[in-house]
Amino acid sequence: MATLVFFYFAGVIVLTSLLVVALRNPIYSALSLLIMFFHVAGLYVTLRAEFLAAVQIIVYAGAILVLYLFVVMLLNVKREERYHQQFPIGAFLGLTILTEVLLLAYHRSSANEPALPLSQAARTMSNGQSVATGVAPAVGNTETIGEVLYSTYLFPFEVASLILLVAMIGAIILAKRDLFGEGKS
Amino acid sequence: MTLPLSDIQAVLPELIVVAAACLVLGLDPITPQSKKTWLAWLSLGSLVLCVPITISQMGTRVSAFSDLVVLDPYACFWKLLLYLVSGLTILLSLAYLKAERINLGEYYGFLLLSLSGMMIMVSAVDLLTIYLGTELMSLSLYVLAGFKRFEARSLEASAKYFVLGSFSSGILLYGISLLFGVAGSTRLSAIAAAVANRGLDDPALVLAMILLVVGFGFKIAVVPFHMWTPDVYEGAPTSVTAFMAVASKVASFGAFVRVFLEGLGGLKANWYGLFLVVCIATLVLGNVVAIVQTNIKRMLAYSSIAHAGYALIGIVVAGQADTEGAVRSAGLSSVMLYLAVYAFMTLGAFAVVAMLRKGGLEGEEIEDFTGLAKRQPIAAFLMLVFMVSLAGIPPTAGFIGKFYLFLAAVNAGLAWLAVIAVLFAAVSAYYYLRVVMVMYMRDLDISAGLAPRFASSPAMTVVLACAIAGVVILGLYPDPLVSLTTSAVLTLK
Repeated sequence: MATLVFFYFAGVIVLTSLLVVALRNPIYSALSLLIMFFHVAGLYVTLRAEFLAAVQIIVYAGAILVLYLFVVMLLNVKREERYHQQFPIGAFLGLTILTEVLLLAYHRSSANEPALPLSQAARTMSNGQSVATGVAPAVGNTETIGEVLYSTYLFPFEVASLILLVAMIGAIILAKRDLFGEGKS
Repeated sequence: MTLPLSDIQAVLPELIVVAAACLVLGLDPITPQSKKTWLAWLSLGSLVLCVPITISQMGTRVSAFSDLVVLDPYACFWKLLLYLVSGLTILLSLAYLKAERINLGEYYGFLLLSLSGMMIMVSAVDLLTIYLGTELMSLSLYVLAGFKRFEARSLEASAKYFVLGSFSSGILLYGISLLFGVAGSTRLSAIAAAVANRGLDDPALVLAMILLVVGFGFKIAVVPFHMWTPDVYEGAPTSVTAFMAVASKVASFGAFVRVFLEGLGGLKANWYGLFLVVCIATLVLGNVVAIVQTNIKRMLAYSSIAHAGYALIGIVVAGQADTEGAVRSAGLSSVMLYLAVYAFMTLGAFAVVAMLRKGGLEGEEIEDFTGLAKRQPIAAFLMLVFMVSLAGIPPTAGFIGKFYLFLAAVNAGLAWLAVIAVLFAAVSAYYYLRVVMVMYMRDLDISAGLAPRFASSPAMTVVLACAIAGVVILGLYPDPLVSLTTSAVLTLK
């Protein structure tokens, strides 16, 4: 059952990703991207990462994509031909990266030691040091993330709030009219 | 949840700077236009307050916030240098902002927020925290670069810097996430342990390292990640350019050295060759392209690229496979010394450029310096000293900085690299001394129109006095700084 669900999500993700680059109308591309984001979120749910799934939908589907659609609609991008002239370069870069990934994957499977499993990584992250044993905490991962954010990672969390402050005021500085009193003169 | 007092004490300077920034941003709307300079004095005051705190913290290595931040002499050295640079930039901006009619309180707020990002970068020992510090620094700089909103060049600089900067941040994040995948933690100590466990040939580690080099390479503007530098430096307001060229480079180098030595020190056999190539490419391209520039801000941009190349020599020395402890720390301390020297001479040069006014505009072409020695001998002489120092000619500080770097390279058995660097230092003398030649050897054609003049002010005098004092004193008596950097480097794990 889990495999079936995975293949459903994975298949739709691959299909819609292809549509994003293949469709000529930027709005259709954006909508395929939206479908892809939802399926990625679904994949996260099957991995028991509910928090990540929620963030995926809120941030990507909710904020970034809507912003993207706004820009597309406001600018009324019609010159789609321009984007398709870059096909040879894109194909070259894509093939190079694909080869790299395949080589790495081959190398990885021949290496004797597997990479750190995700669950263990999360545990090390929350404890601040490597703990090899121990069961996963009883609370859900959203609560765990919240706890970690406000205890171990309090400092970077506060720095992130400063970054948001800069972004907010910066946007006003760069965009507000009559900031220098140009309008009065 | 309770916060131990020691944690708060450890980040007290950061808290003061951020509080001052918020105060400036909050007070700005209720400050009348004529009293905006008060905000600058407030910002300056917060920096002055931080200096004794940081000096008192200089003693030992203390970690805070569950080992995400450390306070060691290494971090404190960079912080002190950053206070100095920011303080001088604020003084430099006082007259400049008025002349350019961009006298907004937010300017100082962003300057302080950017500074706090830099302070976080140099004291963090966790990749995530370093990344957030970098973003805080860069985002503030993107806005500052576009501060001359009515000028297309400035907005172009801001947009270009923003787009390329976010792209490089993305690459940096890829590297960080790969390292997290391998080590299971973003702390540099955990990454070092993972590197020791998994050895050099792990493809994920190598790939992550390359991505980190790209991300940091963009911030310190080394070839081939330098493309943004000339355009951004030219378009941004000159006081901001000075701040970007010095402070952001200093902070990025601070974080760069810590990440690669403390975190990825085990991989040095891999990054040594990479840095060597980047270093030589930077020396060649930075110095050669600077020759053909006619705009002094573009020329100084390429010169700052070349100087990043010189500073990289020290990191290459530290990464050489068979270096022992003493040679390694000599390489690293010469990087710190070089950047301190670089800060003085580059700030001085930009201060002179910011002061030169042609009518209501900035005089930023090299041609605008024509015959300056006759009209304003003091300003011309100051520029002469800064140019000579940038070229690395004794008895200025620039010579001392290069001397220690090349000495470290020779001691590490990299004499050939030192020879290449000396050759390109000779090339750089050509374009630096061309400015001197224009000032001293040529006469201004009066019929051409307005003669560019220097807009002097008391604050600007202080900036120039500090810069010239730094260049001359460090050139003649560098011992205190040398011993400071040598002892600071020892605390780096």
